[in-house]
Amino acid sequence: MNPTAPGADLPEHPDFLWDNPEPKRSYDVVVVGGGGHGLATAYYLAKVHGITNVAVLEKGWLAGGNMARNTTIIRSNYLWDESSGIYEHSLKLWEGLEEDLGYPILFSQRGVLNLAHSLQDVRDSVRRVEANKLNGIDAEWVDAAGVREICPIVNTLPDVRYPVLGATYQPRAGIAKHDYVAWGFARAAAALGVDLIQDCEVTGIESTAGRVTAVNTTRGRIGAGKVALCAAGHSSVVAKMAGFDLPLVSHPLQALVSELLEPVHPTVVMSNAVHVYVSQAHKGELVMGAGIDSYAGYGQRGAFHIIEDQMAAALELFPVFARAHLLRTWAGIVDVTPDASPIVGLTPVENLYVNCGWGTGGFKATPGVGDCFAHTVAKGKPHPYAEPFTLDRFTTGALVDEHGAAAVAH
Amino acid sequence: MQLIPCPWCGPREETEFHYGGQAHVAYPQDPAALSDEDWAKFVFFRANPSGPLPERWTHSAGCRRWFNAVRDTRTHDLLAVYRLDEPRPVIP
Repeated sequence: MNPTAPGADLPEHPDFLWDNPEPKRSYDVVVVGGGGHGLATAYYLAKVHGITNVAVLEKGWLAGGNMARNTTIIRSNYLWDESSGIYEHSLKLWEGLEEDLGYPILFSQRGVLNLAHSLQDVRDSVRRVEANKLNGIDAEWVDAAGVREICPIVNTLPDVRYPVLGATYQPRAGIAKHDYVAWGFARAAAALGVDLIQDCEVTGIESTAGRVTAVNTTRGRIGAGKVALCAAGHSSVVAKMAGFDLPLVSHPLQALVSELLEPVHPTVVMSNAVHVYVSQAHKGELVMGAGIDSYAGYGQRGAFHIIEDQMAAALELFPVFARAHLLRTWAGIVDVTPDASPIVGLTPVENLYVNCGWGTGGFKATPGVGDCFAHTVAKGKPHPYAEPFTLDRFTTGALVDEHGAAAVAH
Repeated sequence: MQLIPCPWCGPREETEFHYGGQAHVAYPQDPAALSDEDWAKFVFFRANPSGPLPERWTHSAGCRRWFNAVRDTRTHDLLAVYRLDEPRPVIP
């Protein structure tokens, strides 16, 4: 086999991706936030519900926030039925997304291992595997030898501080090329008539008699029949403009990549206990992330000691990485809820809908939540998969506690 | 990593500290009178501003005492550090 340059198998981009229109005076639906969730919501509004008089407003450039900063992991092995519903719905959409969008997204179902390092980890993992199976989600428990077979570079020797005792394995999980996902949704939405408006920051939200009427932006006032918030890390700030609070705290979440390496890592490995997750990008970089920085912040940078901890964990799990060079680090701003589950649905303001609180795990939900949120906005009532994730669960107490399956310390 | 000025020990590295979330969240004066909405606000809702935020820190690897700080969440700059029995300083 001839050697090929890294990235040689990546597809060429078409000339046209989307227009750059001037904002109109009003729209049926204004989507606030031009990241993955906002673009997917606009796409499904147009495609499924025939609502095409839609603007997506982005304060920077399309998909330049968390969408450009995430670690691209896709899986649906959550514990509770509510989460299984929406994440598995999403995974099924991922499996047909390339054909649906007519655009390459490099969805690679290479599987995910969630490692267990203690007896309690093992028990929790086996419980989650059984819960997944009951929900029709592919999952199995593998022991240390099984981990070695799936990903030979994981250190499964017993003499490390937190030995690998086994893992949950979801074979249908994987990664996709995040930029291509955003561009695919943007291109398809634009083709259906959606206006994608960049460099347009929302500065205020107007309502009359409790019903939303318009958004004020750095490019003028834009009337809105309905407003759909998809502002991720800045959701608290945007909701405050509309006069209500959200149970969110925004944190920096850091990630990093190595230089390009030969293919060494065949799957995705996550460890909640020693706190790192690793996959190898299509071009060859090792992509790694860990937990959030503890303090609240919007600065898109975090503390270096978090990276140090994450590198120590990575090296214990993967001694083969010892000589890899770090290429770059960055941070996104994630909006974290008290139960590590998202908030999707209605708000105290009529015709204003919110999609936020995905914390560290929003990317995997992109098509699923786009579909469910578009339904919620179009019909004015929650999609069945989104119904458990209402804002008022914090008053009723019907929390969906996914700290154990979120895979990252919140 | 940044230096955090502990009111008792002076400037020390961030790794010596732990974060305690928003400051000045008082326990309800009359808990029995609270509605479910009030309880939700008290238990789950915290200020999440893009800008100055009063918050609690503990110098866990030093004097182990708690203190308050006003920090700008956009820049991480510590605008004020003060003891728990002191009021929140006015930030110009």
